[in-house]
Amino acid sequence: MSKLKDLEDYREEINQCVKCGACRAHCPVFGAEKHEGRVARGKVALAGAVLDGEIGLEAKVLEDLSQCLLCGSCCAQCPNKVPTEEIVAAARRRIAEEKGLSSFGKGVAAVLGRPKLMDLLAKTGGTLSHLLFKKVPENSGLRLRFPAPYIDADRTLPPIVAKPFRERVPEVIEGKPGMPTVAFFTGCGINYMYPAIGEAFLKALKFLGVTVIIPKDQACCGLPAVSAGAAQTVEDLAALNLAALTRRPVDYVVTACASCNAGIGKIYADLGDDYQALAAKTMDIFVFLVKHGLPEQLAALPKAATRTKVTYHDPCHLRTRGITKEPRQILKALPQVEFVEMAGAGTCCGLGGTYSVYHYDTSKQIGAKKAANITASGAELVATDCPGCIMQLQDSINHAGGKAQAVHLLELLVAALPDEK
Amino acid sequence: MLDSRIIDQLRQIVGKDQVSAEKADLICYSYDATQQKFMPDVVVHPQTSEQISRIMRLANTEKVPVFPRGAGSGFTGGSLPTKGGIVLTTERMDKILEIDEENLVAVVQPGVVTEQFQIAVEKVGLFYPPDPASLKFSTLGGNVAECAGGPRCVKYGVTKDYILGLEVVTPTGDIITTGGPTMKGVVGYDLTKLMCGSEGTLGIVTRIVIKLLPLPEAKKTMLVLFDSIDGAARAVSAIVRNKIIPTTLEFMDGRTLDCVKQATGLQVPDAARAVLIIEVDGDREFLDKQARRIADIIQPLGVVETRIAETPEESEALWQIRRSVSASLRKVNPDKYNEDICVPRSKVPEMIRKVDEISDRYGVPIVNFGHAGDGNIHVNIMIDKKIPGEQEKAEKAIKEVFEGALALGGTMSGEHGIGIAKAPYIPLEITPETALYMKTLKKALDPNNILNPGKIFLD
Ligand SMILES: Cc1cc2nc3c(=O)[nH]c(=O)nc-3n(C[C@H](O)[C@H](O)[C@H](O)COP(=O)(O)OP(=O)(O)OC[C@H]3O[C@@H](n4cnc5c(N)ncnc54)[C@H](O)[C@@H]3O)c2cc1C
Ligand code: SF4
Ligand code: SF4
Repeated sequence: MSKLKDLEDYREEINQCVKCGACRAHCPVFGAEKHEGRVARGKVALAGAVLDGEIGLEAKVLEDLSQCLLCGSCCAQCPNKVPTEEIVAAARRRIAEEKGLSSFGKGVAAVLGRPKLMDLLAKTGGTLSHLLFKKVPENSGLRLRFPAPYIDADRTLPPIVAKPFRERVPEVIEGKPGMPTVAFFTGCGINYMYPAIGEAFLKALKFLGVTVIIPKDQACCGLPAVSAGAAQTVEDLAALNLAALTRRPVDYVVTACASCNAGIGKIYADLGDDYQALAAKTMDIFVFLVKHGLPEQLAALPKAATRTKVTYHDPCHLRTRGITKEPRQILKALPQVEFVEMAGAGTCCGLGGTYSVYHYDTSKQIGAKKAANITASGAELVATDCPGCIMQLQDSINHAGGKAQAVHLLELLVAALPDEK
Repeated sequence: MLDSRIIDQLRQIVGKDQVSAEKADLICYSYDATQQKFMPDVVVHPQTSEQISRIMRLANTEKVPVFPRGAGSGFTGGSLPTKGGIVLTTERMDKILEIDEENLVAVVQPGVVTEQFQIAVEKVGLFYPPDPASLKFSTLGGNVAECAGGPRCVKYGVTKDYILGLEVVTPTGDIITTGGPTMKGVVGYDLTKLMCGSEGTLGIVTRIVIKLLPLPEAKKTMLVLFDSIDGAARAVSAIVRNKIIPTTLEFMDGRTLDCVKQATGLQVPDAARAVLIIEVDGDREFLDKQARRIADIIQPLGVVETRIAETPEESEALWQIRRSVSASLRKVNPDKYNEDICVPRSKVPEMIRKVDEISDRYGVPIVNFGHAGDGNIHVNIMIDKKIPGEQEKAEKAIKEVFEGALALGGTMSGEHGIGIAKAPYIPLEITPETALYMKTLKKALDPNNILNPGKIFLD
């Protein structure tokens, strides 16, 4: 029996839905599809009907439940705080349990630890199915996000790097005495695709004199596996990470990936006391930097003569948990940046864990709205706080023929910091 | 179960992706905000008036009922497929067809979401005032069918005051137009007004011609705490007597305030037993003066405290108090009956006293808030349905509330309509002759009783 909550455990929350329909205004999938089965209210009704035995796990139910980004936008605005994203994740676990993993999401399980498919991955041309993909462990979320047979040829994806980030850096980087010690949870995106974000992270913390530990044996946070309904994988990964992150005493576990932050900071909390303690210590990099006075230090730097227009995209996994101010605080304090707020900064980019793999068309429609807002803001750069969002934002902008570039806010930040002596 | 032949014909009319008889889809279109559940036989997503016309013809031939549906946010069950049959949803007819800045007129399809429309017209400096609390998700078609209203109604009126004309598919499948884009028009009966508030029983609205206003430059919000509901009511009269018509005059009674205090930790003096949220709009320089004048006028009427918002953020914080009411109430008791009676403005305190008395006598908590400016009171009867006997008590209390409102010259529904939820109570308000007139109309227009049968009047 999984330690993660069963669908049955959500009966009370399901009954809390008063069918008001407010989620229709906030669900990105509904916005694209205009069908009640795609909105939180419908998914909650179906989950309730499954619990009551009114309907079985038939194809249509699976399809509707697969049409969820787990973004939590509905819950954030729901008058009764019905946690649809958790209910859908629990329903997917039940589907995986009853029908086998592969029945949900057309073959996620096939990619998990099945050597034959791994070969296929390596052989398919283009995109991620690069030979270097072999470097990505089998239990990494990247494999769930990009199982090669399902990746469209017209999708812009960053390449897998020859040498992953964690292999490039020492495990411990000493800071100044009196400053806190943090563990850097890199996540797969930074480790395998965007090592520059990792370098920027280290540079920013070095500037403050913080001691950073980068445990080599940390694994994927498990969020893509949550999205896929792979309960056992989530628990296995959580156990690996708990061990890796608690080996040395640290004050905080800091992330620069919104999804990882939600994985460790929220999902793990259900797994037991040790995990709860870990979750309580987990902090987003910008919350950490603001707490340690960085905006004030930045404000003291002279403003640049010509500044770049930059807007900010709120990753769902931070926004729905109330983290929206800190990244903006940093961004506004940067001397080379002219911050502009775009319309719909808080709407989902459309990636949604494994969602975009199986529903790339809908995902593109959701992304297109985002791209239009970015263009309308007049920003040259769109900064955010999640490698997954960066990837999706860039893909959406490219499809729309826009000029803006998606970057991690950390990259902008370190460009403003004085050079090391 | 519908004959598969009928489902095939529907597929031919609207395309196969726009028709579903799969159980999962039927479940998703079986409810609305009343939380009642009725399973349809098939769900159809038409996209044009012609398709809807053909669906109505088919339904008449086959004698299958049709239930129009917008967002399904109705509070009285108007969209519920109470007799099975076809749910016809307009959610994919969601285009704004025209915004005419010269004539201040817009044309939209019925599935456009109210707020989306408001955002679009405000971009070009225009204004569509009706603001039901559900505006972020309700459709304009649903708003017309229910004649939805909101806080701004004090100054600007309700949905029907902005509808110049309609395209409608009749219950037998003809396509007709009513009214038109002109400000005046007296040719024939005023079918536009007849359709407004007809709850999808007389025709399906497929296109809406809407009157727009210039967007006011700014607004100003103030929150005033009173030591009694009478003070708040006198304040409303005093403001209006001084020839000031605020955009909104929202009130919360003492029991509502208690709930909000308990649920959100809102800090207000104990002496406060009623709240008014007053908003005025217009030219910026004139607003400060007006807000101060209102504060002066109402000061002698038992004001405990006045908070005037200086910035949009402060204004938002004041409105947040009002918006927190619904969620706060749920903390008192899980289930609620939300009635929306309306009485003459001056009778609000008397009505509230009557409701308090009914609440005490039945031992069920009832809280009141709503639109003081137009006497529209949301009477919320809070119960826990799991406790035996509570539901019966609530139903008796509701009937007394309606009777009380009618005795004061009021009505049992200001905004939410009748649907199925209030149909049993209709004889309290409408005389048999009036009811007969309405039913005769319905029968003449819908001889086979195909369109939204069993709504407003019980069959
Ligand atoms: C949280 C919340 C707050 C609310 N606040 C308010 C408020 O402040 N003021 C207010 O007035 N109401 C309010 N309502 C009630 C509801 O939102 C309104 O009645 C709204 O107008 C319904 O729109 P809808 O698109 O959801 O219609 P639905 O609920 O889908 O349908 C309502 C009725 O309209 C008919 N209908 C729908 N579309 C058409 C069409 N194209 N042609 C003909 N008939 C049609 C249906 O058959 C049904 O009888 C609130 C509801 C909720 C859940
Ligand atoms: S907003 Fe919440 S309560 Fe309302 S329908 Fe959606 S999930 Fe249910
Ligand atoms: S989690 Fe996101 S995608 Fe899923 S129902 Fe809620 S708003 Fe829609």
